[in-house]
Amino acid sequence: MKKSADAGKRQEPRPGGRTRASGLSIMSGGRLIGPRLQSMQREPFEERSRLASARLAEAAGQAGLRDVAYGYADSPFGPLLVAVTPRGLARVAYPERDEEETLERLAVEISPRILESGSATGQIRRELEEYFEGRRKVFSIGVDLSAVRGFGREVLRQTARIPFGSVATYRDMATRAGSPRATRAAGNALGANPIPIVVPCHRVVRTGGGLGGYTGGVERKVALLELEGVELPGRA
Amino acid sequence: MIRTSAMLDRPAPAPAPGNQRIPPFQSFLEEHRTLVYRFLAATVGPDEADDVFQETFLAALRAYPKLKHAGNLKGWILAIASRKAIDAARARSRRPRPVPELPEIADVPGGSPDPLMQGPVWAAVRALPPRQRVALVHRVVLDQPYAELAAAMGISADAARADVYQALRKLREGWNDDEEER
Repeated sequence: MKKSADAGKRQEPRPGGRTRASGLSIMSGGRLIGPRLQSMQREPFEERSRLASARLAEAAGQAGLRDVAYGYADSPFGPLLVAVTPRGLARVAYPERDEEETLERLAVEISPRILESGSATGQIRRELEEYFEGRRKVFSIGVDLSAVRGFGREVLRQTARIPFGSVATYRDMATRAGSPRATRAAGNALGANPIPIVVPCHRVVRTGGGLGGYTGGVERKVALLELEGVELPGRA
Repeated sequence: MIRTSAMLDRPAPAPAPGNQRIPPFQSFLEEHRTLVYRFLAATVGPDEADDVFQETFLAALRAYPKLKHAGNLKGWILAIASRKAIDAARARSRRPRPVPELPEIADVPGGSPDPLMQGPVWAAVRALPPRQRVALVHRVVLDQPYAELAAAMGISADAARADVYQALRKLREGWNDDEEER
């Protein structure tokens, strides 16, 4: 995490902080014990604690104490933040998303026990990379839509069934989710899709042939559909 | 007609009053890991610090979802670390090992850095009784006020003062003994 390095630095005591003024200089035999102990404050525990923290993330997973693990997958759009729970993939966030906000929302919606883990996110990172290289059409990882309620969840579950390389309309999705007239609600649910790409909301387009919008920008919707070989009317 | 504005995500949940929402554990870990590691390296030593660090943060993870608010998370994690450090020190003192001689500390060049805290001064600190040792490290290494170290250790401020005083007195005596043997 970008902010982590700064957060670590904030912990470093300022030179000439309160310690010196606290009068804890322990004179003995003409030598100072206190200042020698205090020199500890300046020693670099940043690296050791970073390694220990990485080990902790794995130990937490083994102990069943890691409710959400996150990592980063390479993509043509830049690094995607991916978050998994024991039930499956719970989040894919485009690079422009504020990472802290994404994690804070996961903390509220799923659990604050969130840790970064390369190993726990290894499968989805590999599958996404294969997808972008054109070597994968189906994601084998399950999705965790527990943070999405009601009709929206059903819309996303139905969206997850749209095959690679094909499209459906917003009206189709409303119908498949059980409320044929709730086209607008279906659009809202797709716009709030917490798992873009893997729950392929980019495969949902307008009834009249228009593309509709996309969480990560319409140009990404075009790029994903082109990657899948979908012929887009009016585009080269 | 589908509004494209519907493609925007929902707004983030409003922050709780006073911004006391429990942060993602990773953020909490990043903020306090260096301080906790330093504290443990000083109290239980560099060789055991890593294990006690794991125990400390695993205990924090267990309790984390039950936290009611995010006020004073630093005090909270230092309280857990203090308990774990004292437990580790006591467990170690029960294991058979050579009698802990108060080590030579007179040979250490004054002020030389000891990045891993393996030098004689630190060995002397770790020969102190666990509670005095933890109190001393809180006060001198972390520069914690007595009120805060007392809270972290679950003792009174007077007891904390007494622990630090005794710890310093013992270190001083050890030092003087070495000097007199020369």
